[in-house]
Amino acid sequence: MLYREAGQFKTSYSADQAVFPILQDRIGLIAILLIAFVGIPVFGNSFLLQAVMIPFLIYSLAAIGLNLVTGYTGLLSLGTGAFMGVGAYACYKLASVFPNVNILVWIICSGFFAAGIGVIFGLPSLRIKGFYLAIATLAAQFFLQWCFVRIPWLVNYNVSNAIEVPQRKLGDVIITGPSATPTVRYLIVLTIVVVMTWIASNIVRGRIGRMWMAVRDQDIAAELMGIRLLRTKLLAFAVSSFYCGVAGALLVFMWYGGAEADTFNINQSFFVLFMVIIGGLGSLLGSYLGAALIFGLPILLRILPDAVGVPMHSATIEHISFLIVGALIIIFLIVEPHGLARLWQIAKQKLRVWPFPY
Amino acid sequence: MDILYKIFLDPFVQMGAAPDLLLQTLWEGLVGGVLYALIALGFVLIFKASGVFNFAQGIMVVFAALTLVGLYGVLTGLGISNSHVAAFVALGLTIAVMFIVAVAVEKLVLRPLVNQPDIILFMATFGLTYVLIGLGELIFGGDPKVMITQQLFLPKGAWDLQIFGGFVTFQHIDVAAAVIASLMVAGLAVFFSKTRIGRALRAVADSHKAALSVGISLEQIWVIVWFASGLVALVTGIMWAARSDVSFALQIIALRALPVLILGGFTSIPGAIVGGLIIGIGEKLGEFYWGPLLGNGIESWLAYFIALVFLLFRPQGLFGEKIIERV
Amino acid sequence: MRFKNLMIGAVLAATAGVPAIVSTAAAQDSVYVPLFSYRTGPFAGSGIPIANGMNDYLAMLNARDGGIGGVKIAIEECETGYDTKKGVECYESTKAKNPVITNPYSTGITLQLIPKAAVDKIPVLSMAYGLSASADGSNFPWVFNPPATYWDGLSIIMKYIAEKEGGFDKLKGKTIGYIFFDGGYGREPIPLLEQFAKKYGFETKQYPVPAAEMQNQSAQWLNVRRDKPAWMIMWGWGAMNPTAVREAARTNFPMDKFIGIWWSGGEDDARPAAEGGKGYLTLNFHGVGPDYPALKDIEKHVLGKSQTQKDKFAENLYNRGVYNSVLIAEAIRNAQQITKKKVVTGEDVRRGLETLNITEARWKELGFPGFAAPVTNVTCADHNGHHAAYVQQWDGTKWVKVTDWITPMKEEVRPLLEAAAKDYVEKNAGWPKRTEVCDKK
Repeated sequence: MLYREAGQFKTSYSADQAVFPILQDRIGLIAILLIAFVGIPVFGNSFLLQAVMIPFLIYSLAAIGLNLVTGYTGLLSLGTGAFMGVGAYACYKLASVFPNVNILVWIICSGFFAAGIGVIFGLPSLRIKGFYLAIATLAAQFFLQWCFVRIPWLVNYNVSNAIEVPQRKLGDVIITGPSATPTVRYLIVLTIVVVMTWIASNIVRGRIGRMWMAVRDQDIAAELMGIRLLRTKLLAFAVSSFYCGVAGALLVFMWYGGAEADTFNINQSFFVLFMVIIGGLGSLLGSYLGAALIFGLPILLRILPDAVGVPMHSATIEHISFLIVGALIIIFLIVEPHGLARLWQIAKQKLRVWPFPY
Repeated sequence: MDILYKIFLDPFVQMGAAPDLLLQTLWEGLVGGVLYALIALGFVLIFKASGVFNFAQGIMVVFAALTLVGLYGVLTGLGISNSHVAAFVALGLTIAVMFIVAVAVEKLVLRPLVNQPDIILFMATFGLTYVLIGLGELIFGGDPKVMITQQLFLPKGAWDLQIFGGFVTFQHIDVAAAVIASLMVAGLAVFFSKTRIGRALRAVADSHKAALSVGISLEQIWVIVWFASGLVALVTGIMWAARSDVSFALQIIALRALPVLILGGFTSIPGAIVGGLIIGIGEKLGEFYWGPLLGNGIESWLAYFIALVFLLFRPQGLFGEKIIERV
Repeated sequence: MRFKNLMIGAVLAATAGVPAIVSTAAAQDSVYVPLFSYRTGPFAGSGIPIANGMNDYLAMLNARDGGIGGVKIAIEECETGYDTKKGVECYESTKAKNPVITNPYSTGITLQLIPKAAVDKIPVLSMAYGLSASADGSNFPWVFNPPATYWDGLSIIMKYIAEKEGGFDKLKGKTIGYIFFDGGYGREPIPLLEQFAKKYGFETKQYPVPAAEMQNQSAQWLNVRRDKPAWMIMWGWGAMNPTAVREAARTNFPMDKFIGIWWSGGEDDARPAAEGGKGYLTLNFHGVGPDYPALKDIEKHVLGKSQTQKDKFAENLYNRGVYNSVLIAEAIRNAQQITKKKVVTGEDVRRGLETLNITEARWKELGFPGFAAPVTNVTCADHNGHHAAYVQQWDGTKWVKVTDWITPMKEEVRPLLEAAAKDYVEKNAGWPKRTEVCDKK
């Protein structure tokens, strides 16, 4: 009833092909953006911003990155953690070699370094597919993690192998380092993530996105149609790693404030992969939903016993959250293999004809 | 020139100079290879019969070992004084537990996901991994435990051979591991070729539909195959934990079995063995003789690079079936 | 179909519910002390006894004395799994409850928290771990690491080795191996080790053990066999320790030449090697075993209600956790005395830590006669004190003290420390100059 499109006529092709053709969708989007930019910083407390919203946005960005290569192009990649690490370390080195350039410039540039490394490790994708490619990306994961430990130049010869984020300003406002307020950091992360999501949305709806999806569905037929496989796959790796690299740089500079090689280990890769699986392969909205669920669930589980008043050991909560995440993955795959995004689509579909069932 | 000397000549010079160390490295590599092969064996069993790449194999190893040690603790707590009796009763109970796990997995994970693409089943085993991790930690606790090797009559101690001017140590437990692994492989080979169920398994591996049409119950076969894999996991867990304690850190080492599978082929049991041995020995030799050039610690990715090189030239592995993509 | 809808509903509720839940602040009539523990993961073997010890002592104070100065201590554990990421998350989530002190129990996590401590005004107690340079109180007013830094520990080990070899000059030309956890914790002492090597003319061989390979050290010990060092020093933690001791025994390395730092000294680290582990040495700075009145109090009031198992009570690492809690309790007490407040804040406890003065008489008063060396050298400029430690040896079933209290080589360590602190401050532009007040003891 609310979602009825009756009365909304399109008078041009561009209006018809718009991403959000229905007015209610557009209103909803603006409402969400308003809440994100204005509502949450004003009404949310420091814990909400620092420990929930910032990492959620960062992981959504990484999930979008992984979704581009695994969901849209069908190339399973288990090296997400390492690519995030490349972005983070690249940003750190750039920031320390050129301290006078604005840190935001370097956060974006670090994506290019990650993209380069992603392309190198994506080269085997021409010869191998499926699980085998996953193993090639695993090689990337372990090798890059080893590099983070064994190349002291990356950590500026710091003995402990950990990097710490220097304090940087944007104009007069401190944006990195421990003195930066959660609100400032949240707004910066939000802006970057929103802009990059918009770019990703345009990519996947355009020619490149369609090439990727053709490769995913049947790459031999795509090649016969004239799509250059190597370029398409490498482009997928490049763009995906760019997103993951920027997410990694944001992770270290805007959230943790520091990192060590173990921050970008194989568990990080699995973490993002679960978000993509549960959120829905091949859907940008799914990346957000998956990130919200997989990231939010352990936090919820940690807060819940306190809020409800049941005393539980922290270790038990940890174990239960593993159990629930694993069970959720299985349940989701059984119930809805296409993830939360598909559930949302179905919900929207039902809303359009509500209160009629069909 | 110096670099070339270091890469191509020096390691061999070192090998010749200290042949006892070379032998020891080869032996350590062999032992590691046997353990990788066992894990890979579990993968191969499940992949052959159900086409599922069971990512949870590693955690099944840990879970089986934990169950064994945990049940042993419960039984001795209940008052069974003879530790050997308790150990073997615990072993029997653990086998029963692995059977229950196999049934549960088949009913709750495999049956609802019949006919889904492989990638979905692969992801489901991810979920299974986390469920088993959480369950294992909840029931048994997260602290590392010692494997009950003596109670299971597994040998301790070592043979020190004085040869080549130095000494080479052969741990008894490692020899036992190699022997037990070979026996198990031989047993599985016999099982697959001579028994009715073994033939049914091979039929299911070839084609689900054809097997169904001949009257083979897919569900039964899957339970059996996951159970067999669970047994392999149990043996692997006992052997591995005998060398170092039972803890969840073992699960990461199971990831090392993936290169083994690539080398040997996903569907071949001899491939898993040969691949395991090659990866094990290659890894140890590489780490010991070429590792210092790169700063040590190359073990973590060397296996993957070996596998990657193999993938580029022979994607189906040494013994696997050629992958034919039908359009 | 119904089940599917139910599941979908539950999941959506969970997803939507997260931002809506806000954490609650601690009750106002207690002092909140979070403990970052790891009872899961590959370091649980070391983390569980420490967490138990820390928990139990503070719980005993609550039960026996009604808290400290009449105010109860609200203890909460946050599970980090020794993971730096989770540690930082724990820090952020516990920050809202106004903790008075942070116990990260991981050098990696400590390194990340050091810059945040001054901004959030919560002192970090990295007892005998963490950044050695943070002993420089004038540059790190919010970080404390008594009773001794890693560099002190290394110098004590050097002294012991030199004594066994017949003098520092006898070290010339020898090889000393250093096997360590490949992370912040294990890499911390390397600069001092290399300096000692240069000064005394011995060669060092480093054997890093990555976290993922902790239980698979055969490659490292093969290298040890090849290099044949005269002594092996270990900086291990968690599952690395028992594996290392076992591998050392297997490769027939003389165990009495194998010495580990105080964190490599759990009973569960040496026990699995059985007969082979006899002779293994580690440092320690407190007593082992339950024969102290305070520990008997813990047994009476707390054991049975806490997560501690009876047979692991009063083992080495358990007593280590108790020691840590004694420092926390004394700091809180000092803070209460200085500020005349009952419910103290992080800033007050910082002053309490700076005025730590646990003399021998005070140890006895607390119920720990002869338990540890007096902690009396902590000052505003020296947040560590460089106190003494002793060497203990594993005899197959328990730890036996084999030396007297050995003082660290303060003349070597302190200049290096101050140089490192200056270096740290320079690298981190904008590091605040110390403006915090300095109290007299």
